[in-house]
Amino acid sequence: MSIIKLTPEEQATKLEAVLSKYKGQGQKALMSTLQQAQEIYGYLPLPVQRKVADALDVSVANVYGVISFYSFFSLKPKGEYAFNVCLGTACYVKGSQALLDKIEESLGIKSGDVTEDTKFSISSCRCVGACGLAPVLLVNDDVYGRLTPDEIPAIIAKYKEEANV
Amino acid sequence: MNMVNLTIDGVSVSVPSSYTVLEAAKEAGIKIPTLCYLKDVNQAGACRICLVEIEKARALAAACVMPVSEGMVVHTNSPKVRDTRKNTLEMILSDHNVDCLSCIRNQNCELQTLSQEYGIRKVTFSGVKSSSVMDTKSFSIVRDSSKCVKCGRCVAACQKQSIGLLSFLNRGFETTVGPAFDISMADAPCIYCGQCIVACPVGALYEKEETEQVWNAINDPSKHVVMQVAPAVRAAIGEEFGLPIGTRATGKMFAAIKRLGADKVYDTNFGADLTIMEEGTELINRIKNGGVLPMITSCSPGWVRFCEFYFPEFIPNLSTCKSPHEMEGAIIKTFYAQKNGIDPKDIFVVSVMPCTSKKTEAEREQLVNKDGLKDVDCVITTRELARMIREAGIDFKSLPDDGPDSDLLGEYTGAGVIFGATGGVMEAALRTVADILENKDLPDFEYTQVRGVEADVKEATVNLAGKDIKVAVAHSTAAARKLLDSIKDGTNNDYAFIEVMGCSGGCVCGGGQPIIDAQTLMSIDIRAERAKALYEEDKILPERKSHKNSQINKLYEEFLGEPNGHLSHELLHTSYSKREIYPDSVLED
Ligand code: SF4
Ligand code: SF4
Ligand code: SF4
Ligand code: FES
Repeated sequence: MSIIKLTPEEQATKLEAVLSKYKGQGQKALMSTLQQAQEIYGYLPLPVQRKVADALDVSVANVYGVISFYSFFSLKPKGEYAFNVCLGTACYVKGSQALLDKIEESLGIKSGDVTEDTKFSISSCRCVGACGLAPVLLVNDDVYGRLTPDEIPAIIAKYKEEANV
Repeated sequence: MNMVNLTIDGVSVSVPSSYTVLEAAKEAGIKIPTLCYLKDVNQAGACRICLVEIEKARALAAACVMPVSEGMVVHTNSPKVRDTRKNTLEMILSDHNVDCLSCIRNQNCELQTLSQEYGIRKVTFSGVKSSSVMDTKSFSIVRDSSKCVKCGRCVAACQKQSIGLLSFLNRGFETTVGPAFDISMADAPCIYCGQCIVACPVGALYEKEETEQVWNAINDPSKHVVMQVAPAVRAAIGEEFGLPIGTRATGKMFAAIKRLGADKVYDTNFGADLTIMEEGTELINRIKNGGVLPMITSCSPGWVRFCEFYFPEFIPNLSTCKSPHEMEGAIIKTFYAQKNGIDPKDIFVVSVMPCTSKKTEAEREQLVNKDGLKDVDCVITTRELARMIREAGIDFKSLPDDGPDSDLLGEYTGAGVIFGATGGVMEAALRTVADILENKDLPDFEYTQVRGVEADVKEATVNLAGKDIKVAVAHSTAAARKLLDSIKDGTNNDYAFIEVMGCSGGCVCGGGQPIIDAQTLMSIDIRAERAKALYEEDKILPERKSHKNSQINKLYEEFLGEPNGHLSHELLHTSYSKREIYPDSVLED
């Protein structure tokens, strides 16, 4: 996913447009609304959840329930460089948990979090459909396959250089 | 009605085609066990405890969601059914914090009952337990997710209240049930009605217990303990001791409370009569002086919180009257204290209430007097009272009848008693307002139009001193939402007076009342049964109108002056404020 930076005003206008499309439609429109809201914001912060709940006429608990059910949805902003480790069965068997551990250790944050300077974030997902390359790491749109934990520091260094940190 | 014929365990039954197999079995006198099913609340088919075998069907079916059909042959008790149920139960127990002996629901737990019925002798799968949350932050409700069986009954109960505070969170093994963001119920827009508690089959949701504070105050010689009991308690406390649902246990209840050792025991009905004097006068004044109408009752703290969270634009409509037990507390710490020469600081007022929201109400800053004393120090529920009675070794069923202490605040009328049922506050108010306006003792004072549980919103037109006024009664916050929405959109613009109670059926079915299991609830409407007990008591009392309570009249003569007068305003009236729903700060630790 490439990140298109929108100003807060642009985000608000886009969200309004999405919400007016699904207004009052309840539970059945929840998934699509949340997906589009996440495209606009990159994640789903509390104020956005409140707005979605109001517009669709469902409870905030309901909205949060759906978000927490699907790992696709994110409650925290993604970093400029979003590290995403596949924990699907094939990758897991080939040791992707060790990759994740190594990335967490190197960046000093946990999966689901973002670094303080918002440059890097870590998340995990279930099967990206590249099982032949297992274990797989995605950094934004870049795909890394058949990785071992020792290769992680070099990858991180490369992005740090790119990001000037 | 379209009927279908089917056979269940060899018994032929004919039932309406809209029935489920579970309902049909009930009709045939056959019990199918349930766990996630709760009549009129939850029908999710989630727990698979109610599985039955249907001939010619591929797989076992969940009886609670399976519709009946013509010629169906059902087996509820085959070896395959029993084995599967037992397996399901073992699975549930494998991720359950089984500590029955110290659990609040010990002996009143649907999971425990099932384990007993299915002869579970050991929990076979003792693998990793999922992580759990113990939320004790609010004044009203505790959530212990280690006891949760994820049946969804609380989710549905809160949804039925039109609040939807609870939801299934996360997924798979980590699934929990709780408020959004897994925050405390104290930080979520919860009204503490406790309908989730009485829906929960196990010990995962319960009231914040305060019996220890009450025992401590009773045992403290420097404390003068005054206990008061709400009207709805007498209609249900008997259930805790094996008396049939709907038994009016007033006499035994007072006998038992007196034996606990408080210095004084009163009936909150006195406070209810006082509320009618104040609220009736407020209504007359609002009508005469062009005040904000409709005026809406403010006795139910669940409803008041609902209004503050979800309909703040109606705050000016709320009666400024404190709820009856708060009024009574305020009078105990002033008039009663003066009369008895006791320093109000040494008085400890305990309210026994059918309600979990009253616990949080008692902590409201608006209900602290100018000397910094709370009107009511501690609120316990009907269930907590029952626990204290058991702990004291009192044999409730064989107690002789007794009543409250008779001095100062000891008298009450039938109007006060019916406060505990939906329509009761409205009826009590009308009895008094009509008499005052006509300056007569009117013989027809039973307003049966506002009684009953069939409709969740009841409407009536009543004639007061030659003038027709329109009134409405709503029970449950969902009903309140419906009613207020109809006022907002202009459909209803001519009500003068509205009664709202936060729980369906009114206080008799509050979140602090005895918990009745789902199987029993299939055949009994406890709202109607418990209300009967109150209307029965109303009928036999010598006075049935609040303004005929001689001690209330004395209180005004000797102390308060007149209803809505200066001192009344200071002691008996209160204010409200808008509350934020999920403000950004809920996510800050
Ligand atoms: S919830 Fe029921 S089964 Fe679980 S510990 Fe409590 S009493 Fe026992
Ligand atoms: S107390 Fe009432 S509002 Fe709060 S979660 Fe339970 S049912 Fe919902
Ligand atoms: S808290 Fe109680 S009612 Fe709610 S899902 Fe858990 S067990 Fe069921
Ligand atoms: S599935 Fe029927 S009672 Fe749970």
